[in-house]
Amino acid sequence: MAFSRFFRRSRWDDERARELEAHLEIETADNIGRGMAPKEALEAARRKLGNVTRIREDIYLINTIGIVDSVWRDLLYGARLLRLNPGFAIVAILSLALGVGANTAIFQLLDAVRLRALPVTHPEQLVEVRIPGNDNRSGAVMGRHPVLTNLLWERLRDRQQAFSGVFAWGSIGFELSAGGESREAEGLWVSGDYFRTLDVQPVVGRLLVADDDRRGCAAPPAVISYGFWQREYGGSPSAVGRAISLDGHSYDIVGVTPASFFGVEVGRSYDIAVPLCAEPYSRASRSSLDRKDAWFLAVIGRLKSDWPSEKATAHLRTLASDMFRETLPNYSPEDTREYLASTLAAFPAQTGVSNLRSDYESPLWLLLATTVLVLLIACANLANLMLARATAREREIAVRLALGASRGRIVRQLTAESLLIAAAGSAAGALLAQWLSRLLVASLATEDDRVFVALAGDWRVFSFIALLAAGTCMIFGVLPAIRATATSPGAAMKAGSRGTTDSRERFGLRRLLVVAQVALSLVLVVGALLFAGSLRNIVTTDAGFTHDAILVATVDFRRAGLSDANITLTHAQLLERLRRQPPVQDAAQVRVVPVSGNFSNRRIVIDGVERKENVNRNAVSDRYFKTMTTVMLAGRDFDARDGATAAKVAVVTESFARVFYGGQNPVGRTFQVAEAPGQPRPIYEIVGLARDSKYGDLRESFEPLMFVPAAQDDQVALTQRLVIRTADVARTTAAMTAVVRTISPSIVVTYRTMQAQVRDSLLRERLMATLSGLFGGLAAVIAIIGLYGVMSYFVVRRRNEIGIRMALGADRREVVRMVMREAAILVAAGLTVGAVAALLAARTASTLLFGVKPYDPITLATAIAGLAIVATLASYVPAWRASRLEPTVALRED
Amino acid sequence: MLQGTLDLLILKTLALGPAHGHTIAYAIERRSDDVLQVEHGSLYPALHRLEDRGWITSFWGTSENNRRARYYRLTPAGRKQLTAQTTRWDELVRAINQILKPATSSE
Repeated sequence: MAFSRFFRRSRWDDERARELEAHLEIETADNIGRGMAPKEALEAARRKLGNVTRIREDIYLINTIGIVDSVWRDLLYGARLLRLNPGFAIVAILSLALGVGANTAIFQLLDAVRLRALPVTHPEQLVEVRIPGNDNRSGAVMGRHPVLTNLLWERLRDRQQAFSGVFAWGSIGFELSAGGESREAEGLWVSGDYFRTLDVQPVVGRLLVADDDRRGCAAPPAVISYGFWQREYGGSPSAVGRAISLDGHSYDIVGVTPASFFGVEVGRSYDIAVPLCAEPYSRASRSSLDRKDAWFLAVIGRLKSDWPSEKATAHLRTLASDMFRETLPNYSPEDTREYLASTLAAFPAQTGVSNLRSDYESPLWLLLATTVLVLLIACANLANLMLARATAREREIAVRLALGASRGRIVRQLTAESLLIAAAGSAAGALLAQWLSRLLVASLATEDDRVFVALAGDWRVFSFIALLAAGTCMIFGVLPAIRATATSPGAAMKAGSRGTTDSRERFGLRRLLVVAQVALSLVLVVGALLFAGSLRNIVTTDAGFTHDAILVATVDFRRAGLSDANITLTHAQLLERLRRQPPVQDAAQVRVVPVSGNFSNRRIVIDGVERKENVNRNAVSDRYFKTMTTVMLAGRDFDARDGATAAKVAVVTESFARVFYGGQNPVGRTFQVAEAPGQPRPIYEIVGLARDSKYGDLRESFEPLMFVPAAQDDQVALTQRLVIRTADVARTTAAMTAVVRTISPSIVVTYRTMQAQVRDSLLRERLMATLSGLFGGLAAVIAIIGLYGVMSYFVVRRRNEIGIRMALGADRREVVRMVMREAAILVAAGLTVGAVAALLAARTASTLLFGVKPYDPITLATAIAGLAIVATLASYVPAWRASRLEPTVALRED
Repeated sequence: MLQGTLDLLILKTLALGPAHGHTIAYAIERRSDDVLQVEHGSLYPALHRLEDRGWITSFWGTSENNRRARYYRLTPAGRKQLTAQTTRWDELVRAINQILKPATSSE
């Protein structure tokens, strides 16, 4: 009602005007009827009715929603101001758009990775079942979330009462290619109730149900994701019913999940889900379903409505002891003790599970803090600009205040313009963020790690943007407006008429803003230097092997259908022929490629005593150390003597010798590997001592590492790896592919350079170094522009004073000194505050740093010196300009 | 004139039949034996307010002496409002009278 009136105000006004006119006519006619002269009659009628405009205004006011009307007028006024000064508007909107865009992009990613619940019904009812505290499992550990074994899962499924639905899932890479170049699909083993528990409905066909997951299933069905359906089948409904070959085994596609469903792992998306019972069908003798020490499943359940999480945990704990006792693997005593002491607990899984989250949550929060600071610095600059403009209008404002305008009214009007800028900047920033966040996600993906993040604008993102807009508007709009109206009109009029020197008090806020800018940018520059230093430390760290010119080839025998003995033989043949190819300088077989994230470890026994340290283990062929240029310090490399049936031998590293032999040369000594009770403990003779080299991660320190000959490895892997030393990657891969083809067309090979692998393993460090460097540089530039602006303003405001000084005999150098002193005070204050803030802030980043202390004095000193130099240069320009002033000109001007 | 009573008087006047602003003003003055003087300046905003609340509606018509004028008519909601306001007025008058002329019998 009120609004319809509001928008029809002018029509109403016309009506009333006509009505009042009619009233006057009738009254006049009556008056004439009473015997007045026409002119007199009209005047009497007018007198009686009163001021027609006033009546119309009264009615207009009834129709007006006061605040809306005046705000609307203020906005129109603001828009006019912006149009008058498009340069300022563009700079302001662009800088805000950049700031808001960067903030929103990072927040959007955080929202998707950390904050948002899984897109399924009632995600808050979901809990994950885990063994609390224990991530040190012995045996085969596979997939991205190895939490439980299948035997534990089956017992849990059959005995639990806490969940209305519960499911297990494991991740697996399926090979789609029949031979030659590899084509991987993201696969999931899922138990029967996976889709029912998550309450996912099919787009086409049907999803897997409990009946699909019965032990021994023969022709297993497969469910594909929406993305995979679009990619591989063009979204055709006829995909359902087709067969698909995964690792050379055929599955029938029965249905497609909706586009919004990506599984329960945030940061990944699945392609194909097959029932867990198909695992033996796929892996035959290597099946993990009945292996007591094969960890490859994660379990999520939906709590019954009257079961809080604590009750479920208590329930799981009572089930756990029997479950673990019944499924005890053939472990060494130490492992057995640990296993039997394990228990189970329910953890909230509303937001799903995620490796991306654990890796990137704190870097993202840190980046968000960084971008917020950049935005603050940019806002401070805008605030300074707005202050300058308000100063230019101070007489106008003073006149209006003197005429009785309320201060709030003027503040509102001055703020309207900034509100428009903030709104436009934030809207542009929100758009920009859509692109930036996709760029960010794309930069998180590596060849091995296909990152999928469902980026969507939800209420959190929108409120975040609104908060940014409001916050920025407060800083650069309201604050200067309040400041501009805070003078007594009389003083402003006087000061405005003829400025001599500027009062410190009026200039205070601008100084404060510059000090804050310098301080904040120092924090960001220190952060950037720390991350850059950290990255440099990791990259230049001694890994114990070179990563230049090393090619890693993964040879997948899964489709070749060879026996273990034949795989070994074929692989040896392949290696021999490869070594004869011209571009290949050296090549070797390796079980665990360094820094690949894979690992294998054992406990060892020395003189009959089982040591508690885990020893990393690798199985390599002869010439591995040559290929990787790892220096042998003593003893010999593996060679033809160390065959499968020969006496067991090992090459160990310096750390191994240090930890277990007190640093003495261990060549010739023997040790045993702790095997399960009842199993023979083979005796290894140490034949060589190699230099330390990194194993799982470049960031870790050197740890004891043992190498055994690949020929003596305990099991034959279906995917074998080769490291090849070559100067010409392209020719080598071509040659190798040709060799592989002549051996068997069903072998699939994947190539990757060691350098790429190292680069990917340092993704987080590179990202932090790049982005913090970018933001740090940006912050410094903005702050310096701010300083320059304020110093120029300082000079302009004090022209008269400078003119007088010069007229009285001050020379140019003195003027420069005066201005520079002013700047130095600001910069010094900023750097001091910034140094303290930087020391405090760096502590939060300490876990992300490698080889640099968060309070590294050299870094801090470098940052301070750098900023101080640039700041000096920036303030020298206005100082120089001040010294060029012609005293007579400066004094004659107003 | 008492605050708020103008609305009541306008409604009462319109209860007798549609009228334009001029008529309403004179009707109120005449029927109060010229005790109540309607300020024409406040009449029209009051009419506007009543129409806005949906108690009266307006239309353009022709006056007794053939002039275009805006006529007002009571709506059913306005009629209800008139009854309610009249009751309220009566209560108010009774209450004020009780204070001004207390019943002598009580002592």
